[in-house]
Amino acid sequence: MTTTAATANPDTHTGITNAKLGVWLFLCSEVMLFATLFTTYIVLRLSATTWPWGWDALNVPLGTLNTAILITSSVTIVMAYARAYDKDLKGFRFWMAATLFLSFAFLVVKGFEYHGEFSKGIWPSTSVFYATYFTLTGLHACHIIGGIIVNSTLLRMSYKKECWEHPLFLGRVEGAGLYWHFVDIVWIFLFPALYLI
Amino acid sequence: MSDAHGAHAHGPTSFWRKYVFSTDHKVIGLQYMITAMVFLMIGFCLMLLMRWQLAWPGAPIPFFGRLFPADLAPNGVMSGEFYNQLGAMHGTIMVFLGIVPFAVGGYGNYVLPLQIGAPDMAFPRLNMASYWLFLVGGVVMLSSFLMPGGAAQSGWTSYPPLAVINPGQTVWLLSMVVIITSSLLGAINFLVTAANMRAPGMTLWRMPVFCWSELVASVLLLLAFPPLEAAAVLELMDRVFHTSFYMPAGLFVLGHPIHVSGGGQPLLWEHLFWFLAHPEVYVLVLPPMGIVAEIIANNTRKPLHGYKTIVWSMIAIGVMSFIVWAHHMFISGMSPALSNFFLVTTMIISVPSVAILTCLIFSLKGGSIRFTTPMLYALAFLPLFGIGGLTGLPLGLTVTDIYLHDTYYVIGHFHFVVVTGSILALLGGTYHWFPKWFGRKMNDTLGKIHFWGSVICMIGVFAPMFPMGLAGASRRLYDPTAQVHNLVVQPLNVVSTVFAYGLFLFQLPFIWNFFHSMFRGEKAEENPWQATTLEWACPSPPPHGNFEKTPHVRRGPYEYSAPGRKTDYWPQGDPA
Repeated sequence: MTTTAATANPDTHTGITNAKLGVWLFLCSEVMLFATLFTTYIVLRLSATTWPWGWDALNVPLGTLNTAILITSSVTIVMAYARAYDKDLKGFRFWMAATLFLSFAFLVVKGFEYHGEFSKGIWPSTSVFYATYFTLTGLHACHIIGGIIVNSTLLRMSYKKECWEHPLFLGRVEGAGLYWHFVDIVWIFLFPALYLI
Repeated sequence: MSDAHGAHAHGPTSFWRKYVFSTDHKVIGLQYMITAMVFLMIGFCLMLLMRWQLAWPGAPIPFFGRLFPADLAPNGVMSGEFYNQLGAMHGTIMVFLGIVPFAVGGYGNYVLPLQIGAPDMAFPRLNMASYWLFLVGGVVMLSSFLMPGGAAQSGWTSYPPLAVINPGQTVWLLSMVVIITSSLLGAINFLVTAANMRAPGMTLWRMPVFCWSELVASVLLLLAFPPLEAAAVLELMDRVFHTSFYMPAGLFVLGHPIHVSGGGQPLLWEHLFWFLAHPEVYVLVLPPMGIVAEIIANNTRKPLHGYKTIVWSMIAIGVMSFIVWAHHMFISGMSPALSNFFLVTTMIISVPSVAILTCLIFSLKGGSIRFTTPMLYALAFLPLFGIGGLTGLPLGLTVTDIYLHDTYYVIGHFHFVVVTGSILALLGGTYHWFPKWFGRKMNDTLGKIHFWGSVICMIGVFAPMFPMGLAGASRRLYDPTAQVHNLVVQPLNVVSTVFAYGLFLFQLPFIWNFFHSMFRGEKAEENPWQATTLEWACPSPPPHGNFEKTPHVRRGPYEYSAPGRKTDYWPQGDPA
């Protein structure tokens, strides 16, 4: 057996490809990262004398819009994976582009939200609440940007024929999808924690 | 990702791709090891400067004193700020840039894929990225000495609010984020490699103990490092954007109030930091234990005593290490109920550690021991690591910890664990695997000089710290003579310093031996130690892709002195 065969062989011990297992382990570490941030939020909130109600302090309509955008993008990336699974090139490109469009839309809405707060003279240093809000949503936005980089790379790759025929391409799309769902789920927790309760 | 090197089965030919930006796990492993050795030496030299100040407070540093800028060392005498910078950087460099990269990035990278019979790591390019991130993080960390205000000076634990107020900490935090990212990439890589790329027949229970130790260490890195990354980001926010995650309201510095919104909690950092840093201690200790197990099995010529006990103990340590962290914080302020919980878990976690050590000691019984250089290190590891572990018990008990905390006793305990434990094992591993890395043996005489000199000096440096701590000497004093009760034990500081300089001198034969033997050492064949594990079944040094034929594993890792065989070892991959 040559080296090539040994590494590209999908018959691994766990039955899961290296890339997929790697993405799952990466997500484990990401869970620990955001768990720590949520713990910080709980600890600071429990010890605070006053904690503003999200409706008063933040722009809930824009937050709700962003929630809708992100959930929709989760659907579109699943569609992209389904089209890739069926080797439907055009369908994949369409749904991947839609996902990218929605992720940019999320960032633009987020930008308007931040801008609204800055123009009111609200900064991370204003209070512990805003410190938590800006840091958590900011780190989440960094993860969105990471997702955009991955997804746009996959979209660009799909224009190359040899990439499309590559046995690992579908796995990469799946990995990107897993990651994107994770980013989505983090927001599903962030939104009520910061804006609603 | 995983197909990266499939196309280069014969390996790259250009110098840059082969030795510098290589994706070969063996080259990356050696890069990690040599870089980590350099960092260990730098961290050691910082400590040598501190030891001068501790032994002879206020005396100008000879030769080097004049080289430092006047604000750090006026007239060659170390200033308090400089002392604090050296202390913080010594701890950070030794732990995060020295031992962890050496044990996990270095040994893990080189030895683990060979021992499980894999052609390379699962993600070779990610592996390369992990090394280069580590190097960048390390260089950034060192460069903080040149920043305005100097390097971090709030200890390697970086406790707020001090760490938020003091200069120098921003670069420390940025560098930590980079180093943590590098460790995470490495941990994912090791786990996937060990899970998926084992050779046919290499079941989990046929994996050598060293692979298990790396596996547990990787899980710890994967799950314990992200909380510190988050904590570091929050502290960075506190420093750069003046948030108050760790800052309570109403703080005064030098008589002036600090303008922050307040509402944060300094204790939160301590919890998050130690939630990483206690598992981290086991990342420092488990791979060296694995190395010692390999050396002992090979040099006693008999199967390891209690292989499964050792592995289960390692797993138990890994799980337990997540629920003991607050024993570092008994005097930080905690409800007694909570500290009782951490007291109990701390006592429990010492059980599997003792089990491992006991198994290793029992492995010696009835063996025909070969006193090779690596074996000397493994043998010295057993009692000295034992001292390190046992002196930790009084620190895990709240009652005694309240007295001993923040004294030299803690420093003595921790250094017995990581210096006469981890570093001793890592050096022994170098002598053990050197023939595999370079196809040549290290010089035995120089190795023995290095061994005896190092062990005696290490004990001489750290043993005096126990009586000093029991006498109440505080561990963060820049000038120990400032407190009268320290004057009694001050001579011990001089003893410790003299041995520290001796320890430096005894590393010189090792450095010469390492580089000289690389090119001129006695040639070693494929399996110079008559060992059983798979890494000795491929040529020394192994070519790109490691094994000519994928090995088929037919038996456990330590089949020594099997009855009815002509040779006293039975390699894992030998046909029946």
